[in-house]
Amino acid sequence: MAMSDPVISVRNLYFTYADETEALHNINLDVLPNQVFVLFGPSRAGKSTLLRLFNRLSDLTDGTQRQGTVAIDGRDVFEAGVDVSALRRRVSMVFAIPTPLPGSIYDNLVYGPRLAGVRDKVELERRVERSLRQAALWDEVKDRLDASAFALSGGQKQRLCIARSLALEPEVILLDNPTSGLDPISTATVEESLFELKDRYTIVMVPHSVQQAARVADQAAFLLDGELVEVGDAERMFVHPQDKRTEDYITGRFG
Amino acid sequence: MAVAKERVGASPPPEQQSQVKWGERIIETVIKMGGISSIVIIALIFLFLLREGLPAFLDIPLRQLFGPTWYPIEEMFGMLPLLAGSLIVTVGAVAIALPLGLTTAIYLGEIAPPSLREILKPIIEVLAGIPSIVLGFLGWIALAPLIQNLGAPTGLTAFTGSLILAYMSLPTIISIAEDALYAVPKEYRDGALAIGATQWQAIWRVVLPAARPGLVIAVMLGIGRAIGETMAVMMVTGNAANIPSFQTGFFFVPVRTMTATIAAEMGEVAQGSLHYSTLFAIGIVLFVISFAINSLAGRLVGVDGVRRSRGGML
Repeated sequence: MAMSDPVISVRNLYFTYADETEALHNINLDVLPNQVFVLFGPSRAGKSTLLRLFNRLSDLTDGTQRQGTVAIDGRDVFEAGVDVSALRRRVSMVFAIPTPLPGSIYDNLVYGPRLAGVRDKVELERRVERSLRQAALWDEVKDRLDASAFALSGGQKQRLCIARSLALEPEVILLDNPTSGLDPISTATVEESLFELKDRYTIVMVPHSVQQAARVADQAAFLLDGELVEVGDAERMFVHPQDKRTEDYITGRFG
Repeated sequence: MAVAKERVGASPPPEQQSQVKWGERIIETVIKMGGISSIVIIALIFLFLLREGLPAFLDIPLRQLFGPTWYPIEEMFGMLPLLAGSLIVTVGAVAIALPLGLTTAIYLGEIAPPSLREILKPIIEVLAGIPSIVLGFLGWIALAPLIQNLGAPTGLTAFTGSLILAYMSLPTIISIAEDALYAVPKEYRDGALAIGATQWQAIWRVVLPAARPGLVIAVMLGIGRAIGETMAVMMVTGNAANIPSFQTGFFFVPVRTMTATIAAEMGEVAQGSLHYSTLFAIGIVLFVISFAINSLAGRLVGVDGVRRSRGGML
């Protein structure tokens, strides 16, 4: 399994919210490059909390406490002197609810690259087209890039948000339940695009369901009440889970 | 929607149906009357203003009516100094209140810790309840001497009026603008931050545009309060019906506003005289100005704003 160095490496990670609830308890895991890594488990297991720690969106919540390290390419993201904006461009997040920004489709896509200092119009247009193609949205919107992003359908908005992350040309894409608001057809489109994206990117995803986890995952981690119960090869885990609790959850006995 | 209503109405048995229909009809009529009556009242106000003010427009040549001399005793009714007075005081007030109000709202809504926000916001809203005449006192006693000490010929100037008006409209602007910022879904900020925007960049590019309709309304209500305000302004602007020229310190000279003129002179005129109808003519001009400001606000918030706020709801 150790073909290459992990992109994300979590060691002894503890995380507590302001109301003293422990959201994560001693998490250790490695995410390998060019794979789809799935974090699954029942609600309040700490999946989203863990995801938001990877690019320090967790900073936005006041009064939290953290121990342990989250290393991206070997460097702890919580180290002093880390440029948080640059980190979030390298480790980009797509949320459960599509979050198009005010403005046109084009504006949405070039916003991130412009913040990163890309000024060249040709380069911006190249990124717009490429990211839209990768998110399987190009054919639907290529003739109306100047239209408001709010005029898109729910599925299109979500693919726009994925494209917006891709336009940053990140290393890692974090997907927090990206298909929760989508119909089955849009969900299939998004899932299909994941298979193509992992050639270029490393993907960490909180899935909508166990079924979705089994469909898309290369590696999987099962979380329960803030603890990492089991982590490993997805094919093995969904067929022969080692822990009783994983088996119970996968077979639908709880959750 | 009409189709749906008919279907619902068709389900109860016939005798109940007529009852439901009567109840519906009465409520509908009451609501309709309420709606129509406010329109009728506004129309009547305007008609009344027109009836009393129209003679001024008919009897005084327009060039004289909007001329530079307001001297009613000599039958010289030139509104220009009053228009200029109102304009200077209002524009000054907006220039002071707008940046202060919006930055305070952004601070409260986006940057201040929640605990501080919960203390400051109610305090600011209480400020909105201070009667304007009290602020007039404040201007008269505290502000005017200060401004005179700074070198103005008198403390009662357009600038003093602007400061008081700005102070008066600030709570309105801050409170409504902050509400508008607060209503912007948290996901927008997260979305911007997640692609590497700093907090300020997210505010500038995402939160402010999303809150724009509410911010425009906040500013317009603030201006509305400023232009219609009478008593406090009357106390502190010195009430000299001059057109301030750039040579005499412009902003730092006494002026007289339209509202103050009406309030000050209404008690002394003979009903039906030319002076009397000229005061009503001033009222008509004020009416037209505030109507123009309101429609401008509507234009600015506009269709675009409606679509945006709907888009935000998903």
